[in-house]
Amino acid sequence: MGIKLTERPQAQASGMETLEFKGTALSDEEFKGGKVVTVSGAPNAQYGWDAGVAIGRFLHELKEGRLIGTFCRSCNRIMVPPRMFCEWCFRNTDEWAPLKDTGVVNTFSLCYVTWDMKRLKEPEMPAVIEIDGASPGMGIMHLLGEVDPKKVQIGMKVRAVWKPADEREGAITDIKYFKPM
Amino acid sequence: MGYRKVAVVGAGMTKFVRRSLETGKELSFEASHMALESCQLTLDQIQSVVFGSAPDAFDGVHMKGEYISDGAGAFRKPYMRSYVGGGTGVFTPIQGWWHVASGMFDTCLVVCEEKMSPCQPHPQGAFLTIFDHTTERPLGPNLLWIFALEMNRYMHRHGITEQDIAQVAVKNKKNALDHPCAQIGREVSIDDVMNSEVLAWPVKRLDISPVSDGACAIVLASEEVAKRITDKPVWFEGVGWNLETAYWTNRDLYYPKQVEYAARMAYEMAGIREPRKEINIVEPYDPFDYKELHHLEGLLLCDKGKAPELTRSGVTARNGDMPVCPSGGLLGVGNPIAAAGLMKICELFWQLRGEAGKRQVPGSPRRGLAQAWGDLMQVGTVVVLGR
Amino acid sequence: MTEEVAIIGVGYTAASPVTPEVSYREMIYEAAVKAYQDAHVKPKDIKSFVCLSEDFHEGTSIFDEYVPDQLGAVLKPVHTVTGDGIHGLIEATMHIQTGLMDVVAVEAHSKASNILTPFHIMAFATDPVYNQPLKMHPYYIAGLEMNRFLLETGNTREHCAMVVQKNRQNALDNPVAAYGAQVAPDDVLQSRPLFAPLSKLDTSLHADGAVVMVLASAKRARELSDHPIWVKGIGWCSDSPSLENRDWAQAVYARLAGDAAYRMAGIRNPREEIDLAEIDDTFSYKELQHMEALRLCREGEAGLLLEEGTADLDGDLPINPSGGTLGTGFLYEASGLYRVLELVLQLRGEAGKRQLAHVNTGLAFSWRGIPTTSGAAIVVSNN
Repeated sequence: MGIKLTERPQAQASGMETLEFKGTALSDEEFKGGKVVTVSGAPNAQYGWDAGVAIGRFLHELKEGRLIGTFCRSCNRIMVPPRMFCEWCFRNTDEWAPLKDTGVVNTFSLCYVTWDMKRLKEPEMPAVIEIDGASPGMGIMHLLGEVDPKKVQIGMKVRAVWKPADEREGAITDIKYFKPM
Repeated sequence: MGYRKVAVVGAGMTKFVRRSLETGKELSFEASHMALESCQLTLDQIQSVVFGSAPDAFDGVHMKGEYISDGAGAFRKPYMRSYVGGGTGVFTPIQGWWHVASGMFDTCLVVCEEKMSPCQPHPQGAFLTIFDHTTERPLGPNLLWIFALEMNRYMHRHGITEQDIAQVAVKNKKNALDHPCAQIGREVSIDDVMNSEVLAWPVKRLDISPVSDGACAIVLASEEVAKRITDKPVWFEGVGWNLETAYWTNRDLYYPKQVEYAARMAYEMAGIREPRKEINIVEPYDPFDYKELHHLEGLLLCDKGKAPELTRSGVTARNGDMPVCPSGGLLGVGNPIAAAGLMKICELFWQLRGEAGKRQVPGSPRRGLAQAWGDLMQVGTVVVLGR
Repeated sequence: MTEEVAIIGVGYTAASPVTPEVSYREMIYEAAVKAYQDAHVKPKDIKSFVCLSEDFHEGTSIFDEYVPDQLGAVLKPVHTVTGDGIHGLIEATMHIQTGLMDVVAVEAHSKASNILTPFHIMAFATDPVYNQPLKMHPYYIAGLEMNRFLLETGNTREHCAMVVQKNRQNALDNPVAAYGAQVAPDDVLQSRPLFAPLSKLDTSLHADGAVVMVLASAKRARELSDHPIWVKGIGWCSDSPSLENRDWAQAVYARLAGDAAYRMAGIRNPREEIDLAEIDDTFSYKELQHMEALRLCREGEAGLLLEEGTADLDGDLPINPSGGTLGTGFLYEASGLYRVLELVLQLRGEAGKRQLAHVNTGLAFSWRGIPTTSGAAIVVSNN
């Protein structure tokens, strides 16, 4: 494909200083005070996701107050969250593997704001928790609770605090949080 | 069969601002128009267009790539939009690279746009749905969590302090004072960073890049065409991209292995054996200050856990041995996600041509690297450009 | 073409209105396992992976996060395109043409059944300032286009109904298709009007499914495959996204994409040189409109081809022998790969009851659906 080029352009007069950058900043006042006209709307986007075989069983076990993983004989890993295939070996996993509801904090944060930047009095304490009974490094994300934020440490041993059996619905929130052992 | 040489021949960008009057289409147009003007091409000389943008939820439009297309100059042209989360801004030029390197086209316009401000009440809302819909979202996670979890793990493994990390925010925000498009260039001290509001410990307000609107564009050309367009083409020497598992809670977050893999791919292509000696300018992805350090290690530009020392000793200052984020980075210039990544490519283009003005690094740099990262902390994208 | 490229493996699940038994990951995994087996490759042999998705079709922001595991693509070059599956094949082809990659996998899927508000989401793709405030069911756009197309070209609603009859009939012989049925043209004409002239049976129904394809360089294709299907031409194009300014009668994007693919494939007379075509029929009139834009007939004569039976399975130029989207189902980003899948099966002689005789070169064309004007074309051949 040919490109039609006119005569070779002059080399640029070099340097940032000669360039003109577009883009117009609106202040909060201009925006919220109605000095620019805006339209607004919210999408009606709703989904009902199929959990499938692996996560379906995981949710079922949560309802029963248990954690479960899957085992791959080829790489010898017990994985959580469970999957029907091993992403390393690219083969079906071999067995279900019951796990304990205890673990070790791999990393954590003390979060003092909501997603829309509202201040929280008491921090939320998200953590990655390596689950006992799964292979080393196999964690899930959850929250910590019943602990002074100043005392949370990486390496801390924790145990799941479950909702009462009749309140459990087959969701990750059937575990309220993990607390120090 | 080898690939064709590809050059960047033009670049343009808009100012990065918290909330722009311009729509996403208009920002894309302004950046594209400036890029074309910079190499004196017209749109009819552009044979293909690639577009990069991260989540659709920011702009409040489903199929954002389709909606923006005419603003990006794609009317009645071959047009493709890619995304790899935060890695998009350095990935899209790679996509443009293969449009030309493959022999399909002689020219390609690469446009990246992000207009985050339409997402109300806060653009963070677009990130609430990046988490697994069944095993994570019910816990109410927000984006700060995963950065904080990664930063904490990185500090813990190497014994790095928050002060070590704050140096990066100080450096980049200061560098941005010299960038005409910068949103929050300013002089801050380590104490300022340390004393700023704790958002999600260990992350504090001044550890973070801002929410931004903006767009960038570059023009790519095949070797033969590039030489007719400009005396100063800037060549693609290496490209790399890599994606880690989506099971992010099964990884040790202290090290970005995917960034290393992407870098190795780019280095091999560029024939680089000793990156620490052979790369003159680095623009790693710095949406949070610790990310610059994390990425310098992943890029094999220093040993694991040693990036804070480079910063402390001034090696990464604009006049240091290996300037890092001389643009001011995302921390200073701003972070319209995909556009911020492409801003780094624009910076290399201007720096390697000696056109970076007050930001020009000394010593006529010959080769630079830009890198981005994203998704569930799992993507690495790397471009090596050279004169 | 600098480097020849071939499709050497296909893996797929049958399209189905619902798939509650598997997650999207498990569905894609099944397609990937089959594709790699068909191509005689293991994940480690694959140099890069191209996935297709849109955030709002998945209900996940930056959905590209969730693609590597089920493809065996962990710590590999992987990227996602917000395009149709054929856009993915185009990306893979360019990867191989650079010489940097010799084996590339492409994945697209649909979990349409998981989307509870599909038409609200479709409407959310229209312009937020000009169009969204109208709060209309987005099919009005198809009604407007169909009306103008029929007016300008002289094709009729009856011709559109014949498309539905043909494609849903063809689907009866396709085990992959979800919506095979015997539908008489009168059934279509008398079905519930939506946005006249568009009626209920002029529209395709959503389905779930996944397709993975493996492409390779000529050298690797000959090593790995007994029957590589060669990519001869690719073309893609986006026309105006604006409803206010677009061409409502002609599919300009299809004309430009098709012409680019033909030029690359060295095809001068598509009507003579294409043996079968699998082209977008998301709405009945779209098949006719795309036939004309892709030069499979002269302008205004698509309906005549239908009348003459030229597009039937036993006709001169079978169109959508798979059943097309009307027969297979609308599978979002995966729609185009189901079109190409049919070409691969037909050219290999593996199409079972619908097998066509003497087919050597096929055309597939996809459209990205309402409200877009984006399309992608691919020409494939046995040699």
